[in-house]
Amino acid sequence: MLAVGLSHYLTLGAILMVLGVFGIFMNRKNVIVILMSIELILLAANLNFVAFSAALGDLVGQVFAMLVLTVAAAEAAIGLAIVVVYFRNRGTIEVEAISTMRG
Amino acid sequence: MHGDAMIASLAFYLFGAILIAAATMVVTARNPVHSVLFLILTFFNAAALFLIAGAEFLAMILVIVYVGAVAVLFLFVVMMLDVNFAQLREGFQRYAPIGAVIGAILALELVMIFAAWQFAAEASVVRMAPMPGQVTNTAALGRVMYTDFVLLFQAAGLVLLVAMIGAIVLTLRDRPRSRRQVVADQLARSVEESVAMVDVPLGAGIGQTGILRPLPPPAPPAKEEAHTHGHGGGHH
Repeated sequence: MLAVGLSHYLTLGAILMVLGVFGIFMNRKNVIVILMSIELILLAANLNFVAFSAALGDLVGQVFAMLVLTVAAAEAAIGLAIVVVYFRNRGTIEVEAISTMRG
Repeated sequence: MHGDAMIASLAFYLFGAILIAAATMVVTARNPVHSVLFLILTFFNAAALFLIAGAEFLAMILVIVYVGAVAVLFLFVVMMLDVNFAQLREGFQRYAPIGAVIGAILALELVMIFAAWQFAAEASVVRMAPMPGQVTNTAALGRVMYTDFVLLFQAAGLVLLVAMIGAIVLTLRDRPRSRRQVVADQLARSVEESVAMVDVPLGAGIGQTGILRPLPPPAPPAKEEAHTHGHGGGHH
């Protein structure tokens, strides 16, 4: 059982997710900070999973959190690889410059 | 017992406050290197919150995977790319109101959901894997993960494999200037072009025998040209 209330964890997760979404819109130009904001959002999801897992006494939440962790790591690796390749080709990582595929 | 809960909630508020502050700094810091360092602080505090919730294994995994691998990867990329970060922050003030509005809307929606939400009383009846009482969190997780959720576990491994292959394929480049070993060329060499038998008269200087290397070019011109081209590329 949780030592602190479930709602505390959920509030914290909500704040963290809002901060992540805010960061995506705030750093419109810097892809790396956008990737970090996505990590924050995934961390908020993990926090909720773990909080519910502890509150309900169900281990599946922690298994799910582990899968989210894996996907987040894979996403960071692929995303950063794309950033590196893009920088090598174009010399910038501005998001607004990434428009060559816009029909 | 009451004191324990008190300490736990105090620790929760402490780590939670640091978590929020660090996450705020991640999205607002001027220097992306500082952003990455604050991200590491965020992960450490999230690991502490996991510990308070009793998820010991996930807390340690968070420290190892996120701080040890993901954040260091971010740090590498930020420092490796020679980007003018001041230029990247030009639209910061312009986008801040939009971001604030969207963040506020999202927060409002979450509050509304949270206000109308009630914990289902029978939720604990439908648990898929109830926590066993006697064993530690890590052992319990291992028992569940390698039996009931082994397919999920394998899928996670597959995701990591795909990510690894994808990252390698994306960043691997064939440099035209790199000089690598061509085994076929080495095997195609004959004795005539690689070994020269020289009769050395007694007492003759090394300059008179003509065995100094490199030899003057008697080889076919096309091959020689390719050779010098390779050299020129290598010296760049």
